[in-house]
Amino acid sequence: MSLRAAVVTFPGSNCDRDMAVALESVSGEQPIRVWHGDSALPERLDFIALPGGFSYGDYLRSGAMAANSPIMREVAAAAQRGVPVLGVCNGFQVLTEAGLLPGALMRNASQHFICRTVDLTVANPDSLFTRGLEAGQRLRIPVAHHDGNYFADETTLDRLEGDGRVAFRYVENCNGSRRDIAGILNETGTVLGMMPHPERAVDAAHGGTDGRRIFENAIRALAHA
Amino acid sequence: MKIRIHVSLKPGVLDPQGRAVHHALDGLGFAGVEDVRIGRLIELTVADDTGDADLEAMCEKLLANTVIENYRIEKVAP
Repeated sequence: MSLRAAVVTFPGSNCDRDMAVALESVSGEQPIRVWHGDSALPERLDFIALPGGFSYGDYLRSGAMAANSPIMREVAAAAQRGVPVLGVCNGFQVLTEAGLLPGALMRNASQHFICRTVDLTVANPDSLFTRGLEAGQRLRIPVAHHDGNYFADETTLDRLEGDGRVAFRYVENCNGSRRDIAGILNETGTVLGMMPHPERAVDAAHGGTDGRRIFENAIRALAHA
Repeated sequence: MKIRIHVSLKPGVLDPQGRAVHHALDGLGFAGVEDVRIGRLIELTVADDTGDADLEAMCEKLLANTVIENYRIEKVAP
């Protein structure tokens, strides 16, 4: 399965290598590494990943500075053209701050940083990233965040649910997210933001490989597109 | 020209930080605190001819996240 993927690194990203390793282990092809200050993305990309971390030290708001970095204009344009984009953790925060996904990620309701493996359920099994999974299927994937409390107004939440744009939910709400939301999709289902880290569950040595399913699904769906 | 941007959480948006501080004030024995909401104050020094439209654009594009926050622009008398 050939995949021309890019992983964007912002100053303060710390899961960019893990993301690249995960993508390579599934696709067999090394992703292209892109720097936040680059003004162009490589051509003919099949996939873009925004990794976790603490871009710009979480200054102002998590993801706010990165959302305004030069490369994000290109990522937004690519997303507009239909190139799949996966944002994990800080990457999810960047996607909401950039307006590519609705809502915002706020401080965890507990005020505490949480770092543990949680159970998710698949809310929408029909997206690029979840095809092949079953509705309600459980996945065990690690979370590690301080600002993962998903917020959107009731109208937006109703719309997300009505349109099948909630990709994953927490079985036990660990951070106060509205309606237990752990990951959401954009209108076309090609942009996924999620707080849990699938790239930290791709190898048996990680203690589980449920995250691998998400990469496999996306890559398989792209191969058949 | 000095500008103060007051950024606050919109009504209805849960403020876990404010709630924790509220508990702490209760713990210190300050009775009668009904609510605590925490925001952010950003002080800008800008050219005197900076227009209101520019200041608003700064808030909309970066300084506030209007999904969850309101902002108020205050021009500080020199």
